[in-house]
Amino acid sequence: MQPSKGWSPLDLADLWRFRELAFFLTWRDIKVRYKQTLLGASWAVLQPLLQMFIFNFLFGSLANLPTDGIPRPIFTFAALLPWNLFSNALNEASRSLVSNRNMITKVYFPKLLIPVSAVMSGIVDFSIAFVILVGMMVAYSVKLTAAVWALPGFLLLALMAALGVGLWLAAWNLHFRDVKYLLPFLSQFWMLASPIAYPLSNIPAQWQMVYALNPMVGVVEGFRWALLGGEVFPSMAVGLSLVVSFAFLVSGLFYFRRLERTFADTV
Amino acid sequence: MTDYAIRAEGIGKEYKIGVEVDRSPTLRDAIVRAASWPARVLRGEAGGPTEKIWALRDVSFEVRQGEVLGVIGRNGAGKSTLLKILSRVTEPSEGYAEITGRVGSLLEVGTGFHPELTGRENIFLNGAVLGMKRAEIQSKFDEIVEFAGVAKFIDTPVKRYSSGMYLRLAFSVAAHLEPEILVVDEVLAVGDAEFQRKCLGKMGEVAEAGRTVLFVSHNMSAILRLTEKAIVLDKGRMVFAAPTREAVDYYMASGFSQSGERAWSAEDVPADAAPFRPIALRVRDPRGAVIDSVRATEPLTVEIEYELTAPIQGLRLGVYLQTVHGEVVFTSFDTDTPEMFHKHGTREAGRYVSRGVIPANFLNEGQYLLGFNASVFRVKRYFHDENALAFTVDAMGAAGMQWTEVRLGPVRPALNWTIEAAG
Repeated sequence: MQPSKGWSPLDLADLWRFRELAFFLTWRDIKVRYKQTLLGASWAVLQPLLQMFIFNFLFGSLANLPTDGIPRPIFTFAALLPWNLFSNALNEASRSLVSNRNMITKVYFPKLLIPVSAVMSGIVDFSIAFVILVGMMVAYSVKLTAAVWALPGFLLLALMAALGVGLWLAAWNLHFRDVKYLLPFLSQFWMLASPIAYPLSNIPAQWQMVYALNPMVGVVEGFRWALLGGEVFPSMAVGLSLVVSFAFLVSGLFYFRRLERTFADTV
Repeated sequence: MTDYAIRAEGIGKEYKIGVEVDRSPTLRDAIVRAASWPARVLRGEAGGPTEKIWALRDVSFEVRQGEVLGVIGRNGAGKSTLLKILSRVTEPSEGYAEITGRVGSLLEVGTGFHPELTGRENIFLNGAVLGMKRAEIQSKFDEIVEFAGVAKFIDTPVKRYSSGMYLRLAFSVAAHLEPEILVVDEVLAVGDAEFQRKCLGKMGEVAEAGRTVLFVSHNMSAILRLTEKAIVLDKGRMVFAAPTREAVDYYMASGFSQSGERAWSAEDVPADAAPFRPIALRVRDPRGAVIDSVRATEPLTVEIEYELTAPIQGLRLGVYLQTVHGEVVFTSFDTDTPEMFHKHGTREAGRYVSRGVIPANFLNEGQYLLGFNASVFRVKRYFHDENALAFTVDAMGAAGMQWTEVRLGPVRPALNWTIEAAG
């Protein structure tokens, strides 16, 4: 081994060698998530449900924003699921390096595993909440369409976006703990800038392109489209989301790799 | 073809220490700095200019396949940095190292342990963190649990474990790692004596199994027992490399020992020690010579010379005797006995010498450290120095020397045994 400079290759072979560790880290994050809480995993259901009630009240009863003709509870809940998946993943990933500093300074392994497993562990919460959504869809007799097969694709897109941004933030967080204070604000702002309480169609047409640069626009709209059915596939939003998420992911990976060698010294 | 497991060539590691010196003296500098700020943030460079220190510099050595190398040095000598580089936790700033084989590093036991998880779960997690495959952990699971002696609590979260149990489990996982090269740091400094012995035994097994081991410890007897060669680090530089016994001797000689005497000049003494001023601490043999190596079969005198610039009531002067592993052997004060206590209630200003005699046939062979303390009980501690002076005890002729085995324990008394027929 010797000093290295500049950009490094991603070294995917190394990642593959440590795949079991990735599995164990994810498994750990899932296991400890609701340890020593009274309600345990019910939080995975309660959180989006409570959010949904608040949103319905604020944006439905008070502001009366449109929902494209979908029953409001389902309209909101179906958007909250991918959003929560994204925002939890982003939060966990950004904090993951600092909270695992002990491992970083004591053992060698590809550090990329840490944010990756932090992102993956959110899938369990999502799955639990998804069961509730299915129940609600039955209750409101919303019929499934053939597009439902596209759901996993949108999930993947949400995780990709979260990991991409999370990698940047996680690496920054090691040097500048400002990230910790930035995060709550960022997620709040980001949520309002995503079509959760309102549909994309509510945005003036000439601004939709700009608006859809937010990768979560494509994810949320796509998610609704796949689940609740819509006449038109939000191709512009999804396409932009793909491009932006991918750009975040690739740049994040390389940036992360570049800073990786300094992690143990700065954490 | 080389048969080296590790070959290090001029390894150095520079650390930035976040001291901000002379921030932006001119407006121009400030503007330049502000303009380059985003770039510096991206590179992860914080704040202002930083001072750099070399934690390790120009260290070169080789370890052959199957060799056990010890690394000794005081705190801050760069030992941990060296191990971190060799185990790939951090990169060197200069030089390079070639490593042939899978490295298992134990810079700490229990890395990745999560308090909320059970013993069973942590074994798997920690095993994976250390680089074991799941199948490997599974096959060794029972062995690990048995070695740690926590079978009953294996499904209890480790946060409910006693610290001893926690450490035993953590070490046990680590001990069952089977890399080609093992890098170990100070893990033996923890746990009770019984468990430490078990750990040393395990380390010995690993070494005998022909694996390459790099072993860092403060425990000189462990270093002596386990390693064949050792390197001595001092302030980041390698100052000595030799067979272990020589290296330990060099370290001990260069380190604590001040040839049987430790003297304090006026600058060495903090101001708040007044009116007490230590002058010297000495070890003398029965003939009165100041020596740093004493024989177990002879008494030795510990002598404290000091000055009082004002009278002190209730003053007591004492020594702590410690082994080099940090175990305290005893503490003794000059006014311990009732007679002395009453006779020296108040010491007037002036120059004094307090002497205490450690009897013959009392200490075991090895290195000892003398600490020194001047205080008034529950009122004030005027002065103390925990590692004031080191000396060696040579066991020649001591009790039980007809057997060459290592005697455990810091003392080796010649007890008054009798044997009679109990017919």
